[in-house]
Amino acid sequence: MPAAGVSAPGAAVVGEPERGGPLRVVIAEDGLIVREGIAGMLRRFGHEVVAAVGDAAALIEAVGKHKPDVVVTDVRMPPTFSDEGLQAAIALRTADPALPVLVLSQYVEQTYASELLDSGRAAGVGYLLKDRIGEVEEFVDAMIQVAGGRTVVDQEVVRQLLGRRRDPLQRLTPREREVLGLMAEGRSNTAIARTLVVTEAAVAKHISSLLAKLDLPPDADDHRRVRAVLAYLRG
Amino acid sequence: MTARNALEALTMRPTRFLISSWPWRSLAYLAGGALMGFATVFVISVLVGLGSILALVVIGFAFYIAALLLGVAIGRLERLRMRLIDQDVLPNPHRRPPGPGLLAWLKFRLREQATWRELSYTMASAMVLCWMDAAVVTVALFVPVAFLFAPVYMAGEVPFIHSLVLAMASPVALGVAAYPVTAWAGARAAMARAILAPRSDDADARLVEVTRSRARLVDAFEVERRRIERDLHDGAQQRLVALSMQLGLARLEVPSGSAATGPLSAAQNLAKEALAELRKLIRGVHPKVLTDRGLAAALGEAAAHSPVPVNLDIRLAGRLPTHVEVAAYFVVVEALANVAKHSGANRATISGFVHAGKLFLDVRDDGRGGADPSRGSGLIGLADRVATVDGSMALSSPPGGPTLVHVEIPCAT
Repeated sequence: MPAAGVSAPGAAVVGEPERGGPLRVVIAEDGLIVREGIAGMLRRFGHEVVAAVGDAAALIEAVGKHKPDVVVTDVRMPPTFSDEGLQAAIALRTADPALPVLVLSQYVEQTYASELLDSGRAAGVGYLLKDRIGEVEEFVDAMIQVAGGRTVVDQEVVRQLLGRRRDPLQRLTPREREVLGLMAEGRSNTAIARTLVVTEAAVAKHISSLLAKLDLPPDADDHRRVRAVLAYLRG
Repeated sequence: MTARNALEALTMRPTRFLISSWPWRSLAYLAGGALMGFATVFVISVLVGLGSILALVVIGFAFYIAALLLGVAIGRLERLRMRLIDQDVLPNPHRRPPGPGLLAWLKFRLREQATWRELSYTMASAMVLCWMDAAVVTVALFVPVAFLFAPVYMAGEVPFIHSLVLAMASPVALGVAAYPVTAWAGARAAMARAILAPRSDDADARLVEVTRSRARLVDAFEVERRRIERDLHDGAQQRLVALSMQLGLARLEVPSGSAATGPLSAAQNLAKEALAELRKLIRGVHPKVLTDRGLAAALGEAAAHSPVPVNLDIRLAGRLPTHVEVAAYFVVVEALANVAKHSGANRATISGFVHAGKLFLDVRDDGRGGADPSRGSGLIGLADRVATVDGSMALSSPPGGPTLVHVEIPCAT
């Protein structure tokens, strides 16, 4: 049984989105209908799409030219349709570790998620399934979170990671595993409490207990905590 | 460890090497090589000379052809000679002529690539190699012999005791000389083997053709798989994503409590389910991560998708040939599906590594065992898939478990 809250909306968004005004976004996506769709959707939410491009070279060029607040890119792009989008995202973050990037993928591939999480500094990164675009509000929120320097990982990835590391996780209670899944998705204590319908104090207790069981340092900072948990899950 | 050829003999302990027959066999091989080369020079000169003189008469061409075919004889001789210093028999690269008669034989031989390789070897040994053989043999024998007879020809020039010391040193010189002789013989045989060994385009041509066409078929499937995957991704998947997005936007416009809310969110759920369905389908057709990142990464993803927990122990230095990666990947995926369906196992283990040009893969599970290929589980399909890439599969599944699927696939890069 996956531990992450399946019923929760797919995009793993942290509790209180910081609405910091409109963002300047560069979109890279090879499929025209999806590209225009995302652009239209972001504009509808008041963000400014400074460039919408269809391949990795154009993406790197657009970022250099516009210096956007956040990049939203597909993994797969021409000419080889393998993972140019991801490689471009990693290259961009290597050049500018503070550049927030949200990567959209047709498939949940831990390999890609890991490579992305390892790139750049602890600035915002996101790795979401493309399906999540349908959850319009959550998707836009996820982008805002990433732009704000947080980590957003698709719950599918978290679920797979939980599935992979079953041994050391045996020691956790089912409820602790649930909390861990939600933590890995980057949720705040408040958001976890809301999802599980328990008090925040109870969440804090679960968290400190599971961190102790996994030998992870107790850390008040959500973001660093997410990183620690993800690093742990990725083994 | 016993030496199988002259080069391996060089790695023996010096004491063992010097009393073995290797140095003498190498010497004989080189002496023979020198003689063979000189004989070749002589015969070719005669044949070409006669051919030129008699070219006015048609019969002259026979001598030219004879000169060309000299290589066939030399090649046969070389294969025999090589047994002196190499225990691995060098196979005959020639095929049997289709019909009887000298003319059929001639036509057939002149069309064979092996004939021309033998001719080039003959030329190389006549022009260069045999002279080097002769030089090595001469020096290797001359120095010890010169030492031995020093007391005779140095008499009166140097004190007798000095020349006696030289004479005593003769066996040492002989021992030292054994090394270059054996080394050159080994190198010479390796060259001969490289030129004369059968290649895929001479012997067993038909078998090679079969293997090739099978490989072509496998490649064609692979190309086709990728095309299907690309089409699904660029077509259906894109449109479903766009549809889901439009539905999402529509839901935003609809005031809450409107009659459209229910159908809209139902439609969106359907689109999502279709996407999930399509994703599974595409992964079955061709996993993208395999193309992008290779076998180890793809097996990691496969393990992540397995309902039974999987331990991975994959030690691969880099990418393997595509057909090997694809076959290995699908074999593991199908094996894991079997584990999930039939074994009742709590845990599976996949280990893989490359050793001596072969990929070894093991899929173990702690289930109930008793897997039987004849009962139509996917095991036969697994074996077939492995066979298309010249691999082999073994299964051990006693009742009560554990089950082990062991796969070996050659992956000469």
